[in-house]
Amino acid sequence: MTWTRRHLLAIEDLSLEEIEQIHATSAAFKKILKRNVKKVPALRGKTIVNLFLEPSTRTRMAFEMAAKRLSADVIAFDAASSSTTKGETLRDTAKNIQALNADMIVIRHAAAGSPLYLSRILDIPVINAGDGAHEHPTQGLLDTFTMKEHLGSMKGRKVAILGDILFSRVARSNIHALIKMGSAVTLVGPSTLVPHGFTTLGAEVSHDLKSALADADVVMLLRIQHERQGHRHFPSIGEYTSMFGLNKTRASWLNPRAIIMHPGPINRGVEIDSDLADGERSVILEQVTNGIAVRMAALYLCAGYQPEHVISSTE
Amino acid sequence: MPALWISRARIIDPASRRDSAGDLFVRDGRITPSLSGADRKRAKKIDGRGLVAAPGLVDIHVHFREPGQSHKETIATGSRAAAAGGFTTVVCMPNTTPPADNAGTIQYILDAVRRDALVKVLPTGCITIGMKGEALAPIGSLKRAGVVAITDDGDCVQSNELMRRAIEYAKMFDLPVMDHCQDLSMTDGAVMNEGDMSIRLGLRGWPNAAEDLIVSRNAILSAYTGAHIHMQHVSSALSVEIVRRAKADGIRVTAEATPHHIALTDATLSGYDTNFKMNPPLRTEADRKALIAGLKDGTLDCIATDHAPHTDYEKDREFDYAPNGIIGLETALPVVLEVLVRQSRFKLAHAVDLMTRRPSGILKLSAGTLAAGAAADICLFDPDEAWTYDAKAGCSKSSNSPWHGRTLRGRVKATIVDGRIVFPLAAS
Repeated sequence: MTWTRRHLLAIEDLSLEEIEQIHATSAAFKKILKRNVKKVPALRGKTIVNLFLEPSTRTRMAFEMAAKRLSADVIAFDAASSSTTKGETLRDTAKNIQALNADMIVIRHAAAGSPLYLSRILDIPVINAGDGAHEHPTQGLLDTFTMKEHLGSMKGRKVAILGDILFSRVARSNIHALIKMGSAVTLVGPSTLVPHGFTTLGAEVSHDLKSALADADVVMLLRIQHERQGHRHFPSIGEYTSMFGLNKTRASWLNPRAIIMHPGPINRGVEIDSDLADGERSVILEQVTNGIAVRMAALYLCAGYQPEHVISSTE
Repeated sequence: MPALWISRARIIDPASRRDSAGDLFVRDGRITPSLSGADRKRAKKIDGRGLVAAPGLVDIHVHFREPGQSHKETIATGSRAAAAGGFTTVVCMPNTTPPADNAGTIQYILDAVRRDALVKVLPTGCITIGMKGEALAPIGSLKRAGVVAITDDGDCVQSNELMRRAIEYAKMFDLPVMDHCQDLSMTDGAVMNEGDMSIRLGLRGWPNAAEDLIVSRNAILSAYTGAHIHMQHVSSALSVEIVRRAKADGIRVTAEATPHHIALTDATLSGYDTNFKMNPPLRTEADRKALIAGLKDGTLDCIATDHAPHTDYEKDREFDYAPNGIIGLETALPVVLEVLVRQSRFKLAHAVDLMTRRPSGILKLSAGTLAAGAAADICLFDPDEAWTYDAKAGCSKSSNSPWHGRTLRGRVKATIVDGRIVFPLAAS
């Protein structure tokens, strides 16, 4: 099967085959990243603009690193000092970036649907680096890539996603990816942050931590964005931690070989005990490292290359 | 002005229980039972074969944006859109810039209407000063200046106490109060219906409950004071049920539904198209069906468009940041014919009733009938003609329509106001 997609907007749009193509391409790039010379010339002469209109550290650095490993020139768009603060519309900003001969745009935006909107008005590939509470496809791809590295096939595996699901684009992208890959996904957390409606995406919804964690192969923790929700969705950080924080006792309910994941940034002592975050079951930093290879794969494929090109070069 | 003779049309006038083939006569701007031989010779003849002659349509919920937002619409362009859609009487909302919360602004609007309007445009005034929900607007002065109702449309009065006093005070002038039912504390940042689709799209949801609470509140306040409250653009199934129960108890409430809420659901939002973004939002299929059932059994009194023009550059942006609202005057009739008559088996006369006599009755207007002696406000339409709607070629100054490019069935052929043909203009 050939890769035909120009934009990477949402995992919901992807077929299982496409997810597997990105994973295979990512694995090849991961090998290259272990070499002495980590750079490949694939995107030499191409310019990638990181249009980050919402704060980001990890994702922006990983995209920048990925683009540089592919030999692309990277321009970071600084929202604070840019024309968007002068009232320029997203359409005009994007059209200007295209007029500056950019070859690809990576966009992070607080408004859901913005990458899709850009893909309709631009002629160049658009990569979604997180849009509101909608999707964060490269995060979902790197998370599932990391899971496969540890567990092999995800078919029939049980994944628990714990925390603020309602406002989480990471949760949505992981749900779509895992359901396509044949995993059983259980969403768990307070009823105000894990509404029943998520069952329509194919996941189970639970408010009972013990049964949700029982025999899980993966537990993925999401940051509690207390600053975003005010005090309406749950009473306090303390109560959240006492009800849903992952501690040693609760971690013992997991499958003994289960891995603990978190997309970051973590709040130690809130959603996860500090010891667990650094413990041997934690793959949190592997996720970060894998983020580079997966984003290289996303940029590479959307630039028009086929997976086989890089896979064969590393065999 | 020459007499008019519309021959061999299907004349539908729910107000006089008429639905029969025949001729319709107009003299001196009024409907007349017959024309003298001399008048007949001079009369302008319109061949009505295959067409329906109905009372000019009445829309009690439009935004004409004047004064202050004339880049979106003006009374001139809005009233042309109304004429093109078969409407001869429209009631415009007071959320202009500045808001129509004083007699001077109403006078400004009436001056513009006299100068520019192609159809009858009636103003409403605000319930509260600046539509801020804090202090009552000078409702008596507004009434004297010529408003037909008061409303803070778009900004629902949140204080129950203030709403109670507003309706009690307006009742003294027999002035209906129209309310946009939304509990704002439950809809902070909300841009679409709360439900499975908002979860999928990652957009903030506007729950039905926020509408149902205010519809209930209004029914309770109406029961308590005896004042008339009209619920604007009802969108939720439970709200329909609350209105049904209130009416059964004899409470003086009325309610409207928009063409878009009876035709579309939040499933249309999958592409984040801002031409499907409005407030209240498109809801679920169950809600849509409940609205249609409410129109069928009379719980909901009428159709109103909530014609809300916004420019391309305002609408063409991130979904979260685009303004609410769509235009509707030029598509209302074919959409209603499609949804109510063809899909839901309403009699054609029933659909016409919901767009003429019923809305007129809510505000006690004299419009909406073809009875002898009535103003000759007529909508002549072909109920079956299929046509492709091009919003950019329409009469409204804006083109923010979910029906742009769609094939619609049912087309207005002529609109007549006080015996004058105002659409199509070329024929006059």
